[in-house]
Amino acid sequence: MSAAEIPSRGPALKPGSTKWFAIGALAAAAAAFLFITVGGIGENLVYYWGPKELRAAGHKAVGATIRLGGQVAVGSVKLGDGVSNLQFDVTDGTAAVHVVSRGVPPQLFRDRIGVVVEGTMTDAGVFESQRLMVSHDNKYRAPADKDVDIKTLMRSTVGLDDASAPSPPVASKPHP
Amino acid sequence: MTAPAQSRTPQALVALGVAFLLVGSYWGLAMAPAEIFMGDVQRIMYVHVPTAWNAMLALTFAFVCALFFLFTNAWKWDHRLEAAMEMGVVLSLLLCIQGAIWAKPTWGVWWDWDPRLTTTAVLVFAFGGILALRAFVDDPARRAVWSAVACIIAFVDVPIVYFSVKWWNSLHQAQSSPETVSKAFHWPLRINAFGILFLWTGLVALRTRLAALRVAGELAPPPERTQGGAR
Repeated sequence: MSAAEIPSRGPALKPGSTKWFAIGALAAAAAAFLFITVGGIGENLVYYWGPKELRAAGHKAVGATIRLGGQVAVGSVKLGDGVSNLQFDVTDGTAAVHVVSRGVPPQLFRDRIGVVVEGTMTDAGVFESQRLMVSHDNKYRAPADKDVDIKTLMRSTVGLDDASAPSPPVASKPHP
Repeated sequence: MTAPAQSRTPQALVALGVAFLLVGSYWGLAMAPAEIFMGDVQRIMYVHVPTAWNAMLALTFAFVCALFFLFTNAWKWDHRLEAAMEMGVVLSLLLCIQGAIWAKPTWGVWWDWDPRLTTTAVLVFAFGGILALRAFVDDPARRAVWSAVACIIAFVDVPIVYFSVKWWNSLHQAQSSPETVSKAFHWPLRINAFGILFLWTGLVALRTRLAALRVAGELAPPPERTQGGAR
């Protein structure tokens, strides 16, 4: 089969004309890419808000279904009776929002882990969540030290933040 | 368009890919240590990450085939395009399924419409849609031109999938790099990445032959309707 020839059962396509289809398609693809990257679509499509943005929204956030993302503030986790009423603060380092969540948290849930909670803000300024998702970072670590008990490590934040001392595991006693 | 003695390279690639996958998976499942926070659940990384790389690679190859077809009009690029798009859809779908299996124990949910997951689902539907388009167009020439154009436009989602975790807030973590992944995990990842690469390139080569046979059959009869019998 020679190049520059497209046999067709219908009316013949002009050989060589299809390169203009390619150029047109590339132009359309580039336009779509630019629209998405620099067209500001990112500001309209927000997967979650940070605590600061949620606070800034004020009463607009009350009653609306919102995702709130941030880090579980150190020492803020209070386990409720049974599996319901888990409480913790979501922080971005400057602002924090108190969250009441229902349901069993995923295993990785602990102090300083990233979370995305879905729910709504109440008039009392508490975020009520029905869906709690843990968001981990892009680090995957083998136990560096062979003496370290993996089970202990998994329940603590050792290694999560090298700069700071390990904080108490989530499963410890609730704060008074 | 006759069938000369065909090389056995594709079969060799498939066999090599399976062998690599067996070695890499054994290494990842049995020899590599468990991740300190996730434990054994993290081992799904040894198929998930290589699947992601290879899905992007297969779709990039499809994009290249589409461009070559439109610029050269050589049928072999249409055959390769068909095979590569099918492989891209299969790998993207596998990627979503593996991701969901990993997400449930770590994130706590099977799925959420975060930017990374949403754009990956768009890949499956966009390229799956182009395959459906191909199935509905009887004229091989129009099928080739239309699907090549559609492939070039749909390909715009591939870099968006890659950058989604950088551009937007997402539940999915950002790309890992060799620095963020312990050395103990590197080899099973690499071996499986090459395993999947060999497997899909071999399968795509075989699927390309099938596509060539089909188009040859479609173009052969009837003699009285051909325009310009010089071929």
